[in-house]
Amino acid sequence: MLKINNLNAKIKNKSILKDFKLEINPGEVHAIMGPNGSGKSTLSNILSGKKGYDVSGEILFENKNLFKLETEERAHEGIFLAFQYPLEIPGVNTNIFLKTSLNAIKKARGEKELDALEFLNLVKKKAKELKFEEEKLNRQLNVGFSGGEKKKNEILQMSILQPKLSILDETDSGLDIDALRIVADGVNSLRKKDNSFLIITHYQRLLDYIKPDYVHVLINGKIMKSGGPELAIELEKKGYESYN
Amino acid sequence: MKKEIENLKEYKYGFTTDVENIRAPKGLNEDTIKFISEIKKEPKWMLEWRLKAFERLKKLKEPNWQKPKYPKIDYQDLYYYSAPKNASSKPKDIKDLDPKILETYKKLGIPLEEQKRLNGIAVDAVFDSVSVATTFKEKLNDVGVIFCSISEAIQKHPNLVKKYLGSVIPITDHYFATLNSAVFTDGSFVYIPEGVRCPMELSTYFRINASQTGQFERTLIIADKGSYVSYLEGCTAPMRDENQLHAANVELIALDDAEIKYSTVQNWYPGDEDGKGGIYNFVTKRGLCKGTNSKISWTQVETGSAITWKYPSCILKGDNSIGEFYSIAITNNHQKADTGTKMIHLGKNTKSKIISKGISAGLSDMTYRGLVDISSKANNSSNYTQCDSLLMGNKCGAHTVPYIKNKNSKSNVAHEATTSKISEDQLHYCQQRGLNSEEAVGLIVNGFCKEVLQQLPMEFAVEAQKLVGISLEGSVG
Repeated sequence: MLKINNLNAKIKNKSILKDFKLEINPGEVHAIMGPNGSGKSTLSNILSGKKGYDVSGEILFENKNLFKLETEERAHEGIFLAFQYPLEIPGVNTNIFLKTSLNAIKKARGEKELDALEFLNLVKKKAKELKFEEEKLNRQLNVGFSGGEKKKNEILQMSILQPKLSILDETDSGLDIDALRIVADGVNSLRKKDNSFLIITHYQRLLDYIKPDYVHVLINGKIMKSGGPELAIELEKKGYESYN
Repeated sequence: MKKEIENLKEYKYGFTTDVENIRAPKGLNEDTIKFISEIKKEPKWMLEWRLKAFERLKKLKEPNWQKPKYPKIDYQDLYYYSAPKNASSKPKDIKDLDPKILETYKKLGIPLEEQKRLNGIAVDAVFDSVSVATTFKEKLNDVGVIFCSISEAIQKHPNLVKKYLGSVIPITDHYFATLNSAVFTDGSFVYIPEGVRCPMELSTYFRINASQTGQFERTLIIADKGSYVSYLEGCTAPMRDENQLHAANVELIALDDAEIKYSTVQNWYPGDEDGKGGIYNFVTKRGLCKGTNSKISWTQVETGSAITWKYPSCILKGDNSIGEFYSIAITNNHQKADTGTKMIHLGKNTKSKIISKGISAGLSDMTYRGLVDISSKANNSSNYTQCDSLLMGNKCGAHTVPYIKNKNSKSNVAHEATTSKISEDQLHYCQQRGLNSEEAVGLIVNGFCKEVLQQLPMEFAVEAQKLVGISLEGSVG
């Protein structure tokens, strides 16, 4: 599904990712763990299409060259990023944002767009599953939301858009234990044989709830070690220092 | 997709209609004024009124305090009257209208034919210097509402016109208002009788077609005691290299317990990407809350014109009267705007509210200028002002110039202002959710303008939302 070959990324001449390699197959859950400044967020930014990076190498998503696709085209192809810091958009109703987003993607794929009623039924169902208060759907997008609510809103969007590849950028940070469980349930309910996940995190905690197939340790822009779920536990014990 | 966006970026109302015109000879002089008055078969008092304004004009100087500067206008090199030949005497029936003009309005999305009329909206169509058609007249007549061109009102309802014309904007007011008083050609007239709630939205659609012609429209709306009316105006013009002057006067009068809601969607040709051409939109709009408990509310969506220079204002004379101003002004490319409002509190317990949203992109420049004046007699009055500016890119400007004069210790004034930028991160977030950059900007800007868009009548709110998006297209890289 996703193939990253020798990805190098620089920002303002500072090298962040160095010959980065990763392959994710359909249905797999990969976790990338690493200390602050190791390049985790840069990776998610580049995958999502954020501008401002000087990149070389290759990223293929279902054999399509990602560098040739605009941010929105990547979303249309089925790439979703749950943002580390979800943005506030004043004056824009959360429901309307969600509907606009879903229909933009459906339209690009040549699928039938949902009318107001169909959408409302869908969003109500999903919000209930994620214990996301319906009242918040009528508030301005992320404005006045707590950190946890913002993260849950990201997962709600993910469950509505049903992406092929979901990238979770430190979705667990700032979540209390209940919210963490809800977020994990949301992810687990989306786990199907065709859907893949890339979970970026500092801590092993989230991986107690979302069991990854692979764990990678990212240090200084390079994957230093890959393994199964046990690697996360090892990391928690030893710390990142020992991989330097 | 790219092609569609390209098409949208073009000003889609920029076409011209090839009709034969009757024009007044070029130049601003007594003969021109007499020509206008004569062709409109005006009574003598009207001509005298115009000439009085013209005498006054000779003593006035064009103001120069505004932020956007423009090259000197040669008033002798303009036509002051231009009308399609067979419309200079307004046809009784829309069937008799020149098919080319009908087609023009159809292209603009304003069908005038009986069977295709906009539901529940009566339209007065003004083409250059004349009103060419007014729809739903009979239906309005049934409830006593008068909705016709100002030219017709001068002939058929002289007492109302005499009583109110110039009562809010005196002919001595200022250069452009006085110029308008001397040479105004057409516009709408509305009278809502006592106790009547106007059963439909009234609207005027202004179209500039002829070149080298100034449009001097005059609109007068009177809401008698306990009445209500919602009125909307829309404006477009062809794309031309020259700058064309549009200097309108709009007067509103609300008597006891009456309410007037006046909405504008202004989309005059803004000029090309390099700032060539476009309309100079120098307009005087003023409402008088004459009676107690009266209310006047201005809502404007200003997206067009090379230069927009206007301050729709309220004079709150009646006790307990309310004035409101909701504004969205958008400038892109080389457009300039100096706009805002004046709230003059004279009566007791008067309230005013100002919500202004300015968006500047490209190389454009935007100024909010507003006056809140609470007189010593206006006890217990209050104003709330909120001015928000949104900048796109690093080359545009936004300025806020509020003047506050509170001469009454029992009254209070509150002012809030913010300036923000659309962040790259917000755009990225929307794009990651599948919106292209234009859609993302449209969404964010519409969110920014929401409080004002909500004030528009339903039918126009949707169109205004689209217009907001289209006006900013091409403003993100």
